[in-house]
Amino acid sequence: MVDILIIGAGVIGGVCARELSLLDCSVEILEKMPDVAMGATRANSAIVHAGFDAHEGSLKAKLNVRGSELMENLTRELGVKYQKNGSLVVGFSDEDQKTLEDLKIRGERNGVKGLSVLNREAALALEPNLGDGVSCALHAPSGAIVCPYELCMAAVGNAMDNGAALTLNFDVAKIERTQNGFRVTSKDGRVRESKILINAAGVYSDEIAKLAGDDSFSVHPRRGEYLLLDKECGTLIRHTVFRCPSKMGKGILVSPTVDGNLLLGPTAEDVTDKDDTKTTANGLDLVRRQAAEQVKGIAFNKIITSFTGLRSVGSTGDFVINEKDGFINLAAIESPGLSSSPAIAETVVDMLRQKGMALTPKKDAVRERRPLHAFCDMTAEEKSEVIKNDPTYAHVICRCETVTEGEILAAVRQNPKPHDIDGIKRRTRATMGRCQGGFCTPYLVEILAKELGIDYGDVTKFGGASKLNVGKTKNV
Amino acid sequence: MIEVLKKKLVVIGGGPAGMAAAVAAYEKGERDILILERDTALGGILRQCIHNGFGLHRFGEELTGPEYAYRYEKQVKDLGIPYMLDTMVIEVSPDRTVTAMNKEHGIFRIQAGAIVLAMGCRERPKGALNIAGTRPAGIYTAGTAQKFVNMKGYMPGREVVILGSGDIGLIMARRMTLEGAKVKAVLELLPYSGGLARNIEQCLHDFDIPLKLSHTVIEIHGKERLEGVTVAAVDENRRPIPETAEYIPCDTLLLSCGLIPENELTRGAGIPLDRVTGGAVVDEDRECEIPGIFAAGNVLHVHDLVDYVSEEAKIAGEAAVKFLRGETEKSVSIALKADGKVRYTVPQIIKSVKDTKVYFRVADVYRDKKLVIRDGEKILLSKKKPKFAPGEMETVTLTAEMLKNLSNCQLNFAIED
Repeated sequence: MVDILIIGAGVIGGVCARELSLLDCSVEILEKMPDVAMGATRANSAIVHAGFDAHEGSLKAKLNVRGSELMENLTRELGVKYQKNGSLVVGFSDEDQKTLEDLKIRGERNGVKGLSVLNREAALALEPNLGDGVSCALHAPSGAIVCPYELCMAAVGNAMDNGAALTLNFDVAKIERTQNGFRVTSKDGRVRESKILINAAGVYSDEIAKLAGDDSFSVHPRRGEYLLLDKECGTLIRHTVFRCPSKMGKGILVSPTVDGNLLLGPTAEDVTDKDDTKTTANGLDLVRRQAAEQVKGIAFNKIITSFTGLRSVGSTGDFVINEKDGFINLAAIESPGLSSSPAIAETVVDMLRQKGMALTPKKDAVRERRPLHAFCDMTAEEKSEVIKNDPTYAHVICRCETVTEGEILAAVRQNPKPHDIDGIKRRTRATMGRCQGGFCTPYLVEILAKELGIDYGDVTKFGGASKLNVGKTKNV
Repeated sequence: MIEVLKKKLVVIGGGPAGMAAAVAAYEKGERDILILERDTALGGILRQCIHNGFGLHRFGEELTGPEYAYRYEKQVKDLGIPYMLDTMVIEVSPDRTVTAMNKEHGIFRIQAGAIVLAMGCRERPKGALNIAGTRPAGIYTAGTAQKFVNMKGYMPGREVVILGSGDIGLIMARRMTLEGAKVKAVLELLPYSGGLARNIEQCLHDFDIPLKLSHTVIEIHGKERLEGVTVAAVDENRRPIPETAEYIPCDTLLLSCGLIPENELTRGAGIPLDRVTGGAVVDEDRECEIPGIFAAGNVLHVHDLVDYVSEEAKIAGEAAVKFLRGETEKSVSIALKADGKVRYTVPQIIKSVKDTKVYFRVADVYRDKKLVIRDGEKILLSKKKPKFAPGEMETVTLTAEMLKNLSNCQLNFAIED
C-alpha cells in the first residue's frame, strides 16, 4: 500500500511524481510500456509555449503561463537542457496580421509578458532566414525549448532517487475502490494498492478514467508528423518559428532543439487508433512544404529521421484536471501539456493538501540531478578531469554525438534504468546522430547485454518482440 | 594541464588508407610517425569484409578484407611504426594540433608537423531516405548487418529486402543467403546499379536474387519487428508510381544507399570540402587547402576498390614527408573543372608540373562517349570508352608535358559524343 499511485510515466506523471517525492508521502508510478516517456512525451514539438494560444480563463491558459514560469528552475534543478530562445509566429497576409494582433491581446490577457507584433523588417532583424512571403510576426520572448523525454526521464529519475518506485510493463486492467482507496490490477495479474490514484495515462487517460468509473470525457489521438534535421542545420534559426493559425489549421513550426538539431512539424490529423505512430509520405511532404514557406534555406537533404507523435485531444476542449474521492484525473493533456507540466504538478499538490494530506517537505530529499550527457559540451580541460576519475569516459562509442562508454554506463546504472537500445538512445543521444546508429549499435548491444546479464541476441530495440537479431549465424 | 606531444607525422585512422600512408612515409625515411586508430585493432572496415576480391591490382592476387589489411598491418608492425588503438581524435586545429583521448592517457594533444586524414566513410542512414511508415527493429545499414554477422556471429534476420545496390548491399545479399536467410529482392532507385559489375554477377545472379532497378521502398510495416515493406517502381524523376506498389513480407531491411566521407574533423579544422565528393578539396599531393594536412582514402572520396585507396594513401604519405623536409614545390595552380556529366575529379587542383593521375566519376551511364579534357578551346586529351558508369571510378593521366604549356589556369573535364 502506497499513499499515491500514478498511472503513466510520461512527462505529466513524471513531473508530478518528482514533486510528490520531495514531500512526505510514498509514491509509485505504473507504466504500461517497457520504459518511461514512451507516449506523447517521446514525440512532440519540445516547446515551452509562452501561453498566448489558449483561450482566456481555460486551464490550458492558466497552467501554461504558470508552467512556463516554473520550467526554467525545474530544468535547472534536474540538469535538463533548456533555452529561452523566444518564439515568432509568422504571418503571410493582412488577414494573418489581424490574427496576430488578436493573439497578442489574448496572450496579454493570459498574462504573457513582452509580446509584440512586428513588421517584416523588424522580424527579419530578429531572424534573417524567415521565408520571403513572411509579412509580419508575433514575437514572444518568453517562449523556450526543452527536450521533453529528457525532462521526463530526469523527473522520474529524481523521484526514484527520492524514494518513489517505478513499475514498468504494468498494463492496467482493473481499478477497484477499497475501504482505504484503490486496488489496481494489471493484465498479467499484478496488484497495487493506494490511498490516492492519479490518472496521467495520456492518450489512454479516458480509458483509465472509465475503469475508475468516470466516463465524463473521452480522448482521441491527433497524429503529428515531424522531420528532424542534422545538427549542421540547427543554427539556421534561433527562435521557434510558428505559423499563424488560419482556416487551414494551426500549421507547423520550425525550431532549433536544445541538442542543436532542427525540428519541423507537426501535421495535425485526427484519428482513432491510439498506437498509430507511422509516418506518411503526404504528411512529411506537407511538413516540408510549410517549413520552406516559413524559413528559407532549410537543407532537406540533411533529414536524419522522421517520426509521429500522438496528442491527447479531450472531448471538453480543455485539460481534464479534477479530483473525486481520491481519484485525480490529469487527462486529455495535449499541447501545451509539456509547458504546463510543472504547474500541473503544483496543482496536484494543492488538491491533495485540500484533501487533508499534510505533505510536509521530506527530510533529505534531493532536488538536484546530475545531467547525463554533458560530456561533449565540456572543455578539453574539464573532460580531462572527468577521464582521470573514470577512464571509460575516454572511450567514444557513438562517434556522431561523441557519447562515451562512461556516459552509457552511467545511463544504464542510473534511475530510471533503460532495458533496450532506444532507452540508451533517449538517455545518452547515442545513435541519434547523423549515422543513426550505423557504427555504434553493435557496441551498445554488447554493453547492454553485459549490464543486463542477458545474451547478445536477446537485446531489443524497444522491448517486446523488437529484438535486433534473430539468432546466431548457422542456426537460422 | 593537458599533455602536449610533438610528432612529425600524425595519421588519423588505422584502416587501409592510414596504414598505407604511414608505411609510405616510413619508406621515404620518416621515422617519427604516429597512427591514431579509434577501434580495437588496425584494419578499419576491412576487418569485417571477410569476402574475397581485394588486392587484385595491388598484390596481383585475390585476398579477403582481413588478409589485405594484414599485409599492411604486418608492415606497420615489422617497421615498428607506432600506433595507438582505442584512441579517438576529437579535434584537429588549423595549426596542426591534434586533440585525442583514450583510456590510458586521457585527453592529450599532439603538435604535428604534418597530418594525414584517413578517417574513412560511413553509410547513409534510413532517416536520410525519408521512408514513410513505422519504426520497428530490423532495419540496418548493410555495414551494421555485416558487423553483426561477420564479427559478432548473430543474424539480424531471416527474410531480407535490400534497398540500394551499393557494393556492401550486394555483398550482404550473398552473405545473408550463405548464412541461410532468404534475400527476396535488391531494390535500386536508379535505372542502373551503383555497385561493381562483378558483384552483381557473383552476389546476385549466382544466387538468383532479383535486382529491381528503378524501384524503392515506399512504406515500412510492423510494430515491434519489421513485418514487411511496400515497394514501388519509380518514374524518371524518381517519384514512386502508386499503381506499381507491391507488398513484400520480410523481417529485415538492409540499406546500401551510398557512403558519406566522414569529415567532421576536417570541417572542424576549417578545411574547405568539395560539395560533390564530401571530402576535402586537394591537390595532386592530396594536400588540403591548409598546408601540411593531407587526406586519402574514403575520407577524401569513396573508392570502389581498396587497392586504389592504398595507391592514393601512398601519394599522401610520401608528399607529407616532402612537406616535412620543406621540399614541396608548388609552382602552378590549375583548377580541374567537372562539367556535371563528369561529377568530380580528384585532385580538384594541380599545383606542380609532373605526371598526374586524375580520378573521376561520371553522373550517369554513358555508352560510346568520350572523355574530353580542354585547355580553353584546345582539346588537351580525348579518350573514348564503350561505357562510363557511376559505379566504376575512372582514371586518366595528365602528363608533365601536357601541364607544362597550358594557356589557361583551368582544365575542363567533359563527357561528349
